[in-house]
Amino acid sequence: MSFRQALESGKFLVTAEVGPGKGTDVEHLLKDAQIIKDRVDAINVTDLQSSVMRLGSMAVCHMLTDMGIDPVFQVTCRDRNRLALQSDLLSGWALGIRNVLALTGDHPTMGDHPRAKPVFDLDSVTLLEVIGKLNSGLDMSGNELKGSPDLLPGAVVNPGADNEAALDLQIIKMEKKIEAGAKFFQTQGVYDLDAFEKFMKRVEGLNTKVLVGIILLKSVGMARYMNKNVAGVFVPEPLIQELKKAEDKAQASMNIAIRLIKGAKDLCDGVHIMALGWESKIPPIMDEIGL
Amino acid sequence: MIIAEQKTLAEIQEMVAPYRKILLVGCGTCMTFCSAGGPEEVNKLADALVAENKDMVVDKTTTPRQCAEKFIDRLKDKVGDHEAILSMACGNGVQAVASRFPDKPVLPALNTQFIGVEQEKGVWTENCLACGDCILWRTGGVCPVTRCAKSLLNGACGGASEGSCEVSKDRPCAWQEIYHALKRLNMLHYLKGKPQVKDWPIHPGRVVREDLREIKAT
Ligand code: SF4
Repeated sequence: MSFRQALESGKFLVTAEVGPGKGTDVEHLLKDAQIIKDRVDAINVTDLQSSVMRLGSMAVCHMLTDMGIDPVFQVTCRDRNRLALQSDLLSGWALGIRNVLALTGDHPTMGDHPRAKPVFDLDSVTLLEVIGKLNSGLDMSGNELKGSPDLLPGAVVNPGADNEAALDLQIIKMEKKIEAGAKFFQTQGVYDLDAFEKFMKRVEGLNTKVLVGIILLKSVGMARYMNKNVAGVFVPEPLIQELKKAEDKAQASMNIAIRLIKGAKDLCDGVHIMALGWESKIPPIMDEIGL
Repeated sequence: MIIAEQKTLAEIQEMVAPYRKILLVGCGTCMTFCSAGGPEEVNKLADALVAENKDMVVDKTTTPRQCAEKFIDRLKDKVGDHEAILSMACGNGVQAVASRFPDKPVLPALNTQFIGVEQEKGVWTENCLACGDCILWRTGGVCPVTRCAKSLLNGACGGASEGSCEVSKDRPCAWQEIYHALKRLNMLHYLKGKPQVKDWPIHPGRVVREDLREIKAT
């Protein structure tokens, strides 16, 4: 079943994500993808995540299609103007990519080429509009395409925005993204189910699918790092302590993920698991939840 | 106002190294207000250059503006036998002076930063990118093209933390500022407007006013 079919079927969706590395070596990444291949509806491939120069998303998505995996092509507006974005969307389609996640992208200052010229010619909302336009057979300037894609557009939302203004802004933008064609949302990593429930209440009436983002906590250091440096991600202290005290850290991390997914399952339409190299933990987590 | 900062003395020395007699020209408007190239800074820089090189002759003057013909013209009797002009104007002034005196090297003593304001004593912030299509009426008087690090036109990116932009703690998230401004003005509905795509300006800019041209021609 393709990701689009899964989405339309109304089943509880499961997606994961892989991040290409710096260089051409894809051995590990493909192995990780192979491990979860039959357990997920789609696998996202990140686009120069955290503004660090890496192997590209499109090439890796194409490799995943060769393995019979339905990839989600993450596309940010950081590095490409409207010409390159449209061209890459068409190229992706020509290479067998069917799903796109439209993102604004981190600022170059966050990565390893901090003084690169930021592009941001379009943003996540207008990129979604452009995907719709290409799907309808036209480019952004209204020129007709000879052969057009039928991409499934998705977007992200950050339910953990840390103040009222930030959260209102997130929700207003989410509405704009839906209007611009987003058919599904993957959220930033969620650790606070109460906050997530409140968020889901606020977006209840919106006609879309929300996949709760779950980031596997690989260490106490990682949790603290995210609390300090990753906008909208907040790991509550009790979870950090639970991890700290555990003898088997990997098991503790899986237990936390299992609890979170079980708790979120009835609140939303799916889960997006960011395992960060711990892909082998995904099947046992899903077994435990019964997915 | 245009905001600039003085270059390092080392770079200025490198620029003036080939010359023994230079004219150092301050600018009486923006550069005076932002304490980068007014009469006071002209005196300090002249002293510093002479302190480093006793043989150098640095004559000083400040013109009200280096970007307007009539004020640049006031320099014509002063330029004389100076081998180079060291300008403490913004990049605009430097170029205007250079085109008025094509036979003299005109050197920039400043790094022009942006169009902005003095936010507090000693701190200046950027407010306008001169993008050619002002949308401040829709954004509560806060410019996202300039003050959002990504120039986003359709709302916040999600990277802000505690009200600060993801690029640095000392830059407020422009979209949160827009939100607060629109809320104060009871205009939050502007946030929900139709998504905008920017028609980016073509550089170099050129403004033509036919009405004024005709008057000049007759
Ligand atoms: S954090 Fe705010 S100001 Fe910074 S890039 Fe994002 S929306 Fe723009």
